[in-house]
Amino acid sequence: MATGKSSTLTKLIVVALGMFGFGFALVPFYYKICEVTGINSGDEQALVKNTQVDTSRWVTIEFDANTNEGLQWRFTPVQRSLKVHPGQLVQVEYDVVNDSGHAIVGQAVPSYGPARAGAFFRKIECFCFTPQKLAAGERRRMPVLFVLDPSMDKDLHTVTLSYTFFNADAKAQTAALRQTAPHG
Amino acid sequence: MSDAAHAHDDHGHHAHPAGIMRWLTTTNHKDIGSLYLWFSLIMLFTAGSMALLIRSELFEPGMQLMHPDFFNQLTTMHGLIMIFGVIMPAFTGFANWQVPLMIGAPDMAFPRMNNWSFWLLPVAGIMLLGSFWLPGGAVAGGWTMYPPLFIQGGVSYDLTILAVHIMGLSSIMGSINIITTILNMRAPGLTLMKMPMFVWTWLITAYLLIATMPVLAGAVTMLLTDRNFGTHFFNAAGGGDPVMFQHIFWFFGHPEVYILILPAFGIISQIIPTFARKPLFGYASMVYATASIAILSFTVWAHHMFAVGMPVAAQLFFMFSTMLIAVPTGVKVFNWVATMWKGSLTFETPMLFAIAFVCLFTIGGFSGLVLAMAPVDIQLQDTYYVVAHFHYVLVSGALFSIFAGIYFWLPKWTGHMYNETLGKVHFWLSVIGMNIVFFPMHFLGLAGMPRRIPDYALQFTEFNQIATVGAFIFGFSQLVFLYVVLKAIKGGAKASDRVWEGAEGLEWTLPSPAPYHTFETAPVVK
Repeated sequence: MATGKSSTLTKLIVVALGMFGFGFALVPFYYKICEVTGINSGDEQALVKNTQVDTSRWVTIEFDANTNEGLQWRFTPVQRSLKVHPGQLVQVEYDVVNDSGHAIVGQAVPSYGPARAGAFFRKIECFCFTPQKLAAGERRRMPVLFVLDPSMDKDLHTVTLSYTFFNADAKAQTAALRQTAPHG
Repeated sequence: MSDAAHAHDDHGHHAHPAGIMRWLTTTNHKDIGSLYLWFSLIMLFTAGSMALLIRSELFEPGMQLMHPDFFNQLTTMHGLIMIFGVIMPAFTGFANWQVPLMIGAPDMAFPRMNNWSFWLLPVAGIMLLGSFWLPGGAVAGGWTMYPPLFIQGGVSYDLTILAVHIMGLSSIMGSINIITTILNMRAPGLTLMKMPMFVWTWLITAYLLIATMPVLAGAVTMLLTDRNFGTHFFNAAGGGDPVMFQHIFWFFGHPEVYILILPAFGIISQIIPTFARKPLFGYASMVYATASIAILSFTVWAHHMFAVGMPVAAQLFFMFSTMLIAVPTGVKVFNWVATMWKGSLTFETPMLFAIAFVCLFTIGGFSGLVLAMAPVDIQLQDTYYVVAHFHYVLVSGALFSIFAGIYFWLPKWTGHMYNETLGKVHFWLSVIGMNIVFFPMHFLGLAGMPRRIPDYALQFTEFNQIATVGAFIFGFSQLVFLYVVLKAIKGGAKASDRVWEGAEGLEWTLPSPAPYHTFETAPVVK
């Protein structure tokens, strides 16, 4: 009788201690479940989810970069092309270096190929929104954040985004005007 | 010490000291059972007074009697004390008195541990109630102890967490004792499937307690370390997740609601056959239904959290698993009704409370099914509909079964019949009062009145006034109960050994009152 009681006692104490541990084991278990099922992860909740991504098609975007002849800058896209879904939030970067010996203000102007694709580029952030001032020899990486409007024409499979940097200093602009003026 | 001289030394038992030391050092299951029941009764009046203060404040819209923070302290403490200080100790008191008597054992398996299980409770009770006088007052974050409120509160929150630890330890020790007693000390011939239903339900309840109380202890330990030792289990600022507390808490919390009702099922399953003068209908299905409820109770916890947010698949799972529990519960209600069917019914006070239990608990069960539906629950979450639901299952469920059990076994314990007329007065005042308090709360909740708020919109006034009147009827009618119990202890008509004409079971073979030591030689059950 006594041995029966003490063995039951031991078993029950083990169960109780085990369940105390189980309470703590629920903590990693909880985070694992959240991770596997993708619920409740802090990063994803922080971003507003775009529900309008058109996953049925891909569009190739080619990135092009040029500088106007009056500007001694080296200007290149970090990535040459990218495949994206219309509606998807895309961030790309451009690299720019001022090779001249003095500070210059430049202004980038975009163009699109084909031109009708331009109406569907929804830029959220772009270095072309403001003039960029680069000190002598300065190198800078500049972002573009955009969404291709999902209503974009279905026959557009490849779109080119091209930027050209112009010298935006007032003196340079008048000089450029003087050069071009005789040719009318 | 003169009492010690004529104690039962001939059986090798310890001599009992006199006075307070008799109660502090007792290892007798009947003494400890009585201590549990008295503790529970005192706490019932304490937490009941808090409920009356709450209802007084809610008699009229606007702030009348108290600061809103004190109102929050009252709702929190009312919940904590009613659950951990009234219902659970009362059932443990019944278990201490009845389990050895019903299985033919001389005492509980570990009498000294039994003494500890009880005497931890008043310590926890003093810590809880004493926190009202600490700076900032008692805990006001709700009985469910959700962070961030429970991480941010003052010193009384630490004290409450420790009190919960102590009460948990008491419950675990009590449960270990009950399981060991039932598994090892049954009279020869009393196989598991011959045990009285009350013993069965307590066996299963004790397993639930051992499985879930440590989880609660873990959860409140995490709260404690978050508060004091710089951990971030639930502190979002440190990368923790407060929703995780709710999952861990309700993993304990939902089995806990069955801990609060399964022993009630057991008591009712003893009483109805006695007064129907028929054996319990479907005994085996009762056992299996109890076990299924216990197992299913581990799979439904998140139905307390539909409004917190979870994937639709999880909502559906918890919704359907919750509804599934209605099946074994329905089996039980069916069996009770079938036991009464064509029985020779008499309606003494225990039977009246038992029948009221079957009817009113079923109402609470149905409103529970309504709340189980995820889309409906999002509307009703934290409204008075929820308050109505859990008071129907805890007041007219658990508490009524305790009243029923007290009236049923009091003659066996005291040797005197209670006053039947006053018992019936208590019953009718309670059942009418209880319905006046809680039935209007269904309408208030459906109309959108939020719970745990000391003020309300004008259109809720009438139903709140009705509820408050009912609360005072119900509350003061418990003084009748106190009087009936005290009177039966002091004297009254001599109870026969069998007490009730239809009573079956080992406890009724003993003299009334049951002697201090019983079944020192085990009876043989055919």
